[in-house]
Amino acid sequence: MNLSNSVRPLAILLGLVGVIVHVHAEDITGAGSTFVYPICAKWAEGYKNATQNGLNYQSIGSGGGIKQIKAKVVDFGATDKPLTKEELDKNGLAQWPIVMGGVVPVINVAGIKPGQLKLDGMVLADIYLGKIKRWNDGAIQALNKGLTLPAKDIVVVSRTDGSGTTFIFTNYLSKVSADWKSKVGSDTAVKWPTGINGKGNEGVASYVRQQEGSIGYVEYAYAMQNKMSFVALKNHDGQFVMPETKSFSAAASNAQWKAENGFYEILTDEPGKTSWPITGATFILMQKVQENPEHGKTALAFFDWAYKNGQSAALSLDYIPMPDSVVKLIEGQWKVELKASGGKALY
Amino acid sequence: MSPPQVHSVERTSGQGGKVRVVASLGDRFFEWLTRGFALLVLLTLGGILLSLVVTSAPSIKAFGLPFLWSDDWDPVRDQYGALIPVYGTLVSSLVALLIAVPVSFGIAIFLTEMSPNWLKRPLGTAIELLAAIPSIIYGMWGLFSFAPVFSKTFQPFLISTLGQLPFVGPLFQGPPLGIGMLTAGIILAIMVIPFISSVMRDVFELVPAVLKESAYGLGATTWEVVWKVVLPYTRAGVMGGVMLGLGRALGETMAVTFVIGNAQHLNVSLLAPGNSIASSLANEFAEAVGDLYTSALIELGLLLFIITTIVLALAKLMLLRLGRREGMKS
Repeated sequence: MNLSNSVRPLAILLGLVGVIVHVHAEDITGAGSTFVYPICAKWAEGYKNATQNGLNYQSIGSGGGIKQIKAKVVDFGATDKPLTKEELDKNGLAQWPIVMGGVVPVINVAGIKPGQLKLDGMVLADIYLGKIKRWNDGAIQALNKGLTLPAKDIVVVSRTDGSGTTFIFTNYLSKVSADWKSKVGSDTAVKWPTGINGKGNEGVASYVRQQEGSIGYVEYAYAMQNKMSFVALKNHDGQFVMPETKSFSAAASNAQWKAENGFYEILTDEPGKTSWPITGATFILMQKVQENPEHGKTALAFFDWAYKNGQSAALSLDYIPMPDSVVKLIEGQWKVELKASGGKALY
Repeated sequence: MSPPQVHSVERTSGQGGKVRVVASLGDRFFEWLTRGFALLVLLTLGGILLSLVVTSAPSIKAFGLPFLWSDDWDPVRDQYGALIPVYGTLVSSLVALLIAVPVSFGIAIFLTEMSPNWLKRPLGTAIELLAAIPSIIYGMWGLFSFAPVFSKTFQPFLISTLGQLPFVGPLFQGPPLGIGMLTAGIILAIMVIPFISSVMRDVFELVPAVLKESAYGLGATTWEVVWKVVLPYTRAGVMGGVMLGLGRALGETMAVTFVIGNAQHLNVSLLAPGNSIASSLANEFAEAVGDLYTSALIELGLLLFIITTIVLALAKLMLLRLGRREGMKS
């Protein structure tokens, strides 16, 4: 009697441990882009409710994600800067886009409301080059007739850490300003010619909010959540557009996604009347040959679920989901590229 | 270090032979164990140094000695130099010491010589509590509370007064951003004050009362007693405290990262944003893509290691020399 009493809880406990171990066996791990973290977390929650399979995503930054997937520490990596075909082949990686979003210049200038200030790429580049030093500079004033701009110094705020957001932003500046391209260039981290640097979107956001007369750039969701004063930008077609889901989608619809080059596509300075010029995508990286096919399969099932059921969640967080036609293309590529170690197709 | 003593104590304690063997075995085991732990420290230190050197080898090979004085830090072109972070580390720590040493000295003097007895303990504890605040709190406080006030009040004042002077003027020019080298130095000063002042207080308390009382008896003022009796007597300890503070300031990461501005520009002005080694590492390491970039960051870490070692070695040397002089006196 006594014995069975004490054994029963033990058995229950062992059973529980068994269940926990079982569930964990199906958990997939990912690391990388901080840009995609909010939506990844939301998807993971929905996916867990639907399938019991968990996702452990560490938002350590795109650079870290690339390192970890190369080292096969995680099931997938996420990066905002796509790898080129050569890099993918060298490391035996497959790559495809998961979601898109926009990067937004934000300002803190007294008396100027969100969307009131208009800038074009050249002026933005010159501000970041330190050539335009004051808000009432002729070049800014010419784009904003009728707006009284203060005679204040511009405090330029950038990201100090390597970041996909920086890559998208500097890629845009390189496309619109030859000067920027030759002096600074485009990468996840660059040598900023002027200004102060914060770490992460939150670092930039807090400097911009604090420094009167500042300009910075953050991903759209950050600007929205922190109610920051964004600017309107002149796009490729010469139209001024506001940063919003509509203009990001317009830019995204121009993309020429091709499986052959590992879906390498950068969405900055896209043509189209309503296209937002600083748009980008986050890419998933996976090993082509999966040493643990079960994990690989679960990961692909998660992405498939996210493409099909995660669209409204993405939109609610100001991300742009991938269009159905692109998803078909991506999933077709999975069949071709991703194999178990025996050579059998995973998906 | 002194097992024979232990043995002799055992022998005299008059226990039976068996017990003694067991006990001495236990002692020996304990000695090995503690020696092992002590060696572990050396091993870890050596391991860290070795792995720093090995992983920074690509950068050392690529840039050589000019790495030390190049101010280029350009991830796009893969060109790296350590001048800006090294300069920022040294200058922000120097500013911190310039502020913290006199303040700590004042605190220690007040606590040991002037404070009424009932105030000594609460005040001393309060200062030590400052040391218990996590550094990220200092950083956030510096960025969100201190910097805005600093940029609106004290910085414009500095620019319009000191900034106009010849020679020192360039140190205090530029827009008042609130963050930058000077802010980092001030925050660091607040952080190292508890360390320096508690060491100073402890060594001041060791000064024999006879010495002080005889000086007072000869008609010396408090200041004269402090300057001519207390300080010479405790020079070594005071230097130790300052070095402890400097060591902490050199390696401080989070608080500095928040307020230094993280800009890779060399600027004479203390009001301008700069960068330090520790904050470069904290900001860039996780996201550094490419072997040379990572390796250059690790070389920065190696430099910090070397700088701290030099500081500690200098402190030890100074203590040794002072100690010898004290020895000759007595």
